[in-house]
Amino acid sequence: MLRDTRLIFVRDMKLALRSPTWLLIGIMQPLLYLFLFGPLMVSVVDHTPGFPPGGAWEVLTPALIVQTALFSGSFAGVALLTEYRVGVVDRFRGTPASRAALLFGKVLAQAVQATAQSVLIVLVTLLVFDLDASLTGLLLSLAIAAVLAIALSSASYALAMVLKSEAAFPALMNAVLLPLLLLSGVLLPVSEQLAPGWLYNLARINPLTHVVDAERAAFRGDMSATGLLTGSLVLLVMAVLALMWGTRTFRKENA
Amino acid sequence: MASPDEPRATAGIPAGRRESAARLPGREKDFMITVRGLARRFTVRGQSVEAVKGIDFDVAPGEVVGFLGPNGAGKTTTLRMLTTLLRPTGGTGTVAGCDLLTDPQGVRRRIGCVHQGGATWPESRVAEEIELQARLYGLSRSEARRRGALLAERLDLAGLDQRPVKTLSGGQRRRLDIALGLVHEPTLVFLDEPTTGLDPQSRANLWDHVRRLRSEQATTVFLTTHYLDEADALCDRILVTDHGTIVAEGTPDALKARVAGDAITIEVTDQVAEAADVAGRLTGATEVSVDGDTVRFRVPRGDAALPELLRTLDGRGITMASVKVNRPTLDDVFLSLTGRSLRDGDPAPRTTEAAHAA
Repeated sequence: MLRDTRLIFVRDMKLALRSPTWLLIGIMQPLLYLFLFGPLMVSVVDHTPGFPPGGAWEVLTPALIVQTALFSGSFAGVALLTEYRVGVVDRFRGTPASRAALLFGKVLAQAVQATAQSVLIVLVTLLVFDLDASLTGLLLSLAIAAVLAIALSSASYALAMVLKSEAAFPALMNAVLLPLLLLSGVLLPVSEQLAPGWLYNLARINPLTHVVDAERAAFRGDMSATGLLTGSLVLLVMAVLALMWGTRTFRKENA
Repeated sequence: MASPDEPRATAGIPAGRRESAARLPGREKDFMITVRGLARRFTVRGQSVEAVKGIDFDVAPGEVVGFLGPNGAGKTTTLRMLTTLLRPTGGTGTVAGCDLLTDPQGVRRRIGCVHQGGATWPESRVAEEIELQARLYGLSRSEARRRGALLAERLDLAGLDQRPVKTLSGGQRRRLDIALGLVHEPTLVFLDEPTTGLDPQSRANLWDHVRRLRSEQATTVFLTTHYLDEADALCDRILVTDHGTIVAEGTPDALKARVAGDAITIEVTDQVAEAADVAGRLTGATEVSVDGDTVRFRVPRGDAALPELLRTLDGRGITMASVKVNRPTLDDVFLSLTGRSLRDGDPAPRTTEAAHAA
């Protein structure tokens, strides 16, 4: 299975590197946020109570990393549906290769791509803006982004194979992702001081909120923050559940 | 799972022992494919659709068997079950010596499949696709490359290694599909509608490759088609299918002989009625009809009937302008078996064929 996973991983990476345009388009959105929205945050963060510790860039950059991993992971299923339409999925499923490996190889490629995008975002912020970050914190935040991409792409692949509709899938994704993002405090933290009680409680139910909290804590190097532990645990549970769902869907006899 | 009173099962593998037979090396050689009561039911919008209604057939090693039927007859559904992409809802089967239900992995290891409409990724390169496919079957990188080069040579794909798939012509892409299905040198190959959408030249070229598979490698080929001429040109034996059942089975010639007989058309300069009378008296003549100066009728064997026909007409002083003997086509066969022509067979709902509803 390791061998098959590697074969699929290498295939997907090769294809991704062959048209790096898509990786770059993937980070256009976070870069736009950094340049066109970030400067506004500087004085807002300084003068508004209820923001997490750190300056505007320590609040915004990790959130953008989460957002990027979230989007690229969630839309991974679109590419799978195209592969399904042209028959590539059936061809692979017709070989003796482990069907779980077909999923793991793709998921790992997604994780690597999300990490690469995160590195680019961090580099731009470090070079252009006033970012104060520790190396350990940065590495940990990259790991969180990678695991998030694993969880979301696995769920995305599973959902795509269940829906089997190139039209319905992106529509459903957009419908789910927007409330998930708003409720996770990616742009403005949904904190006790800023949000009404009901909204705050709603955000606490959203697992992504905890992932964003953990990513911010890791990013500013605050290894003792409780949010870091909670968020990491929530993320691990998400990843395990998503991988289980994905494996089950890929192993199903009928597809 | 197998009922013990299946009459045909005794010819090959005893029905009750099929599972254990799959593991006996000697038995594997009896049949490449054995299918009993194979069925598949789909639920489409709350309605149950029987795409395949319990079919039985055997395929011997080295045979080229055609599964012929109109769109929606259940051809692709059957093929997806035989290639383990779809689990049957009824029946049993042994494919390449492995049980379809209990050892799908064994089936996958031994068969090659070329799916309808192809299975290549437009951005991938030709050599990459072949190498990956071979490696997914467990071959080493060097062995995968060696076989890839060999196949490319054999299937007229040499020199295209580094070309992205999207730049290939339709015929080249189909040959690549076939290369992908053959890269692990399977003894049994499934081809789903291998020439649909190809121009006549690419079609003829592909037929040559399929013929060579059998003659050079003794590969067993199971192909589906809705082209009569394709089944006629390639297959040793044809299973005619319609509405999820097999309606007839036999060699192309036997099927043709069984159903229609040869059609003879003669044109005379006068005495049409007398000519028709002569024709009607020939041994086995049927369906005599007169249209202007033309008399049409059928006899079991046109070549044998012709000398007598010519002699008698001559003896009666009837002058003939022309004579034509037409061997029956599979189209005639299909028409007489199912009551409709294969070419304008009513397109059944795609869901029954596509098997995506599962």
